[in-house]
Amino acid sequence: MTATPTIDGSQPVSAAPTLDVEAVRREFPILERLIGKARLVYLDNAASTQRPLAVLDAERDFETHAYSNVHRGVHTLSQEATEAYEGARERVRRFLGAADAREVIFLRGTTEAINLVAQSYGRAEVSAGDNMVVSEMEHHSNIVPWQMLCQERGAELRVLPMDDDGELILEELDRLLDERTRIVAVGAVSNALGTINPIAEIARRVHDAGAVLVVDGAQAVPHQQVDVQAMGADFFAFSAHKVYGPSGVGALWGRRELLEAMPPWQGGGSMIQSVRFDQTTYAPLPAKFEAGTPEIVGAVGLAAALDFVDRWGMEAISAHETRLLERACAQLDDLPGVRRIGNARRRASVLSFLLDGIHAHDVGTLLDRDGIAVRAGHHCAQPVMQHYGVASTTRASFGIYNTEEEVDRLVEAVRRTQEFFA
Amino acid sequence: MDDLRALYQEVILDHYKRPRHFGALEEANRRAEGTNPLCGDQITVYAKVEDGVIRDVSFEGMGCAISTASASLMTEALSGKTLEEAARMHSVFHRLLTAGDEVPDIEGLGKLEVLAGVRDFPVRIKCATLAWHALRAALEQSDEPVTTE
Repeated sequence: MTATPTIDGSQPVSAAPTLDVEAVRREFPILERLIGKARLVYLDNAASTQRPLAVLDAERDFETHAYSNVHRGVHTLSQEATEAYEGARERVRRFLGAADAREVIFLRGTTEAINLVAQSYGRAEVSAGDNMVVSEMEHHSNIVPWQMLCQERGAELRVLPMDDDGELILEELDRLLDERTRIVAVGAVSNALGTINPIAEIARRVHDAGAVLVVDGAQAVPHQQVDVQAMGADFFAFSAHKVYGPSGVGALWGRRELLEAMPPWQGGGSMIQSVRFDQTTYAPLPAKFEAGTPEIVGAVGLAAALDFVDRWGMEAISAHETRLLERACAQLDDLPGVRRIGNARRRASVLSFLLDGIHAHDVGTLLDRDGIAVRAGHHCAQPVMQHYGVASTTRASFGIYNTEEEVDRLVEAVRRTQEFFA
Repeated sequence: MDDLRALYQEVILDHYKRPRHFGALEEANRRAEGTNPLCGDQITVYAKVEDGVIRDVSFEGMGCAISTASASLMTEALSGKTLEEAARMHSVFHRLLTAGDEVPDIEGLGKLEVLAGVRDFPVRIKCATLAWHALRAALEQSDEPVTTE
């Protein structure tokens, strides 16, 4: 068996199996959709992936036959719903390579997970005069919660810079880390540039400095095998809707001793052991961080999405997407007037580009008329845009169901867009 | 491609490539910024207002074809207009972009009518109104940066 590449890239992709893309596509009826007269080419996967029938069916089946609230009732449906929900937690544990399912907290998504860490761990551990580090290429969801924390605590927010290829400058990290650094927050994969960051290497440096590492895994989960223990993360957050699951659900993984020591975040039902007006005691993990009725159906859908991914194999998916990325890059590089943004040595299948004299929004509108769904804007990563001195880029991002023919259609549509504005 | 040609009319492409009244206005006594959070575009509108009349108006910033052309056409349309005329034109322009199937009363809009095609591209309406929002803030002398939200 060939080694699966880990998120930190310590093992190279080797002799990856091929993917039967036509069979994959049959699982996604939405890909038959016409946009105007053109068949949809869905290249906005970094924003949200589409959901296969396996996910839609799992949700519908659960809703039709077994839905009820979890953790409370003694009746049959409640037991079955609880089993499905806790089964999903175990599924996520296995997907992340975590040691213990109690370390997996179901939340609304990556954003909520990062906010939880900022407001629970952060408020408890960060004081006036302390500092923390985020990278220049972070999504706003891995910047703003920390800015809010630092403002509240009187702490300093430091920025780990990247170079013009879109790679983090790790030597700068050593300069930024000191004995007052409490938290470092970095994305495993950049949503705007596709850069795959060397998380294990960053983790070593962060831990040497005595800080904890929060990994935004939103863009990593659809592209590469994740092992939260091997990469050395202390917290890892991701969303189901980036990995062929539903929106509105995701998970935070945290090292158990950290989660145990953290104060609860939101108060309410489910997160308590007992409530009295003179003293309330809290539930053990993971319930301590899951106040209120959770997104039960979403968790079931997420588990089905992870099964779907495993069925096709992350190694095959990753190799397929890399082939598409390479084909798209090579063809766009052959077109005059195209400037790709981000050229890191290790990249996931995210392709940001600019067309000379044509604004990304106009590119997006023209591509849409050809049925091609891309992202045009700042991708919630405005500091990245500022680095390159632009307001926005056009971003194509590839997923398991995209084909080489679709890459060619993208490139052809880009060429026609240039002609239109010539 | 027909609806694209309707959206990106020659006049619009012309104003996009060669925006009129582009750049800071030195003698301006009103100034406001507009931001479109969707795409990160920023525009600054300058105006020189005397005795209730817009003597001169200009803009600068990065934007898409629609927002740049709309700003450029706006500056052409409003130079020399009274504040009341400018306010009326803004509301007529807004009607042009948001009218449903009925034919809106757009009397007096002149060249700005070329932006009517934006109606069929709802996500782009904010591009077309960005400069107008900034202008209104400038004329109201608001110190706060405005957004299209």
